[in-house]
Amino acid sequence: MLNMDEKVVVVGGGAAGMEAAGQLAKAGCRVTLIEKESITGGHVKEWYHLFPDRRDSSEVINYLEDQILHKNITVRKDTMVEGVERMKGSFVVRTSGGDEIRSDAVVVATGFDLFRSERKEEYGYGIYDNVITSAELELMFRKNEIRRHNGEIPEKIGIVHCVGSRDEKVGNLYCSKLCCVTAVKQAMEIKKHIENARVFCFYMDMRMGGALYEELYRESQEQYSINFIRGKVSEVSENIDNKLIVKVEDTLAGRPLKMELDMLVLMAGMEMSEGGARIARVSGLSTGVNRFFSPADHHFGSNRSNIEGIFYAGACTAPLNITETISHARSAVADVMDYLKNGKS
Amino acid sequence: MGNFGFAILKERHIDYDANDKSVAEYIYDHEPSFRVCIECGCCSATCTTGLFTKFSLRELNILIKRGENEQVRDNIVKCMLCGKCTLVCPRGVNTRNVIMLAREAFQKNLKNAV
Repeated sequence: MLNMDEKVVVVGGGAAGMEAAGQLAKAGCRVTLIEKESITGGHVKEWYHLFPDRRDSSEVINYLEDQILHKNITVRKDTMVEGVERMKGSFVVRTSGGDEIRSDAVVVATGFDLFRSERKEEYGYGIYDNVITSAELELMFRKNEIRRHNGEIPEKIGIVHCVGSRDEKVGNLYCSKLCCVTAVKQAMEIKKHIENARVFCFYMDMRMGGALYEELYRESQEQYSINFIRGKVSEVSENIDNKLIVKVEDTLAGRPLKMELDMLVLMAGMEMSEGGARIARVSGLSTGVNRFFSPADHHFGSNRSNIEGIFYAGACTAPLNITETISHARSAVADVMDYLKNGKS
Repeated sequence: MGNFGFAILKERHIDYDANDKSVAEYIYDHEPSFRVCIECGCCSATCTTGLFTKFSLRELNILIKRGENEQVRDNIVKCMLCGKCTLVCPRGVNTRNVIMLAREAFQKNLKNAV
């Protein structure tokens, strides 16, 4: 057993940070969980139903909130980390409030930011009222109100995959890997909310590599009549009737395709969070070409950083789904415990 | 054993082994970004030529790579070199240069220089 003096600071109160904090507390550490917002829960609290089983996201949030209800955990909300410094085998974490928290190890769980879709100007987000993002559609599902800007119910809806992912023009070469399955899930949800809706997914490749993703893809075709068109949308415009026009090549038919839509949903990709990038700068943590934190080893050190005693949990290292994030947070805790018991110099 | 039917009608198949890939090789050598095309079709979606004539840069790219040069030779001259395809390409392929090089390769091909 550890003595109760072992202190760990966890940076980030999303799924990864909450899970890591909970497991560390159960293992006997005293944990300070730092969250920049006024509530914990990260991105998950913004979502509606989760793939693959389409459970309500509140179930996951409730689980995570329970995890951090532990006497060993202090949660500091509305707090940013200004710096992490190593001092004689332990760390000093400086916060935006001007506090200095001493800790024996640090878990960085700063997660991701969604790609700002207005950067992909040719898709018209922020220019045309009926171009929305996948995150905004989740909010509409939660309100049970999917509407065009003028209040009408949209009947013909397009979904654009790979917005801000696999795109050299915005500097993101990587695949965000969750947008394909999100598109399929959202397409099905649209049909559940609007029975006579017609939904068209514009994709480059369907990357359905996760558990039960491919089954979801098939279900979307069989049960929900979702249409899939292989081609990357080059641009979007609006006509005089306030309808959106997408330009795309139907690559499998080998001809340009033009379609009029009531609403267009952009599948915004995942990027290294701004908060994470700042911590990387001030603390000397190394990042990769994708700008996410680069782990010490891709096979057996995905939770370790280039600084001994600082560990990573979750999507601050790469795009991860919730299941993977929680697993990654747990394995971070295993590495932290090993470090506190055996590795600390 | 009987004939299991590996024969393909000559006009139907891409005879990959027999086809001439020298045009593709010429482009790879001078414009390596030609290799990273993933056939997403963004270039042909934005292409003005493709809106009015049977012209798809995406299709021409893959035909060159397969050595189906005859189909490319007459088509590639339709491009007006406006470069919109280069602006939208998510892989950063210098599509405009690919076309220039393809034309060049066909020119040299006539002189047996490639």
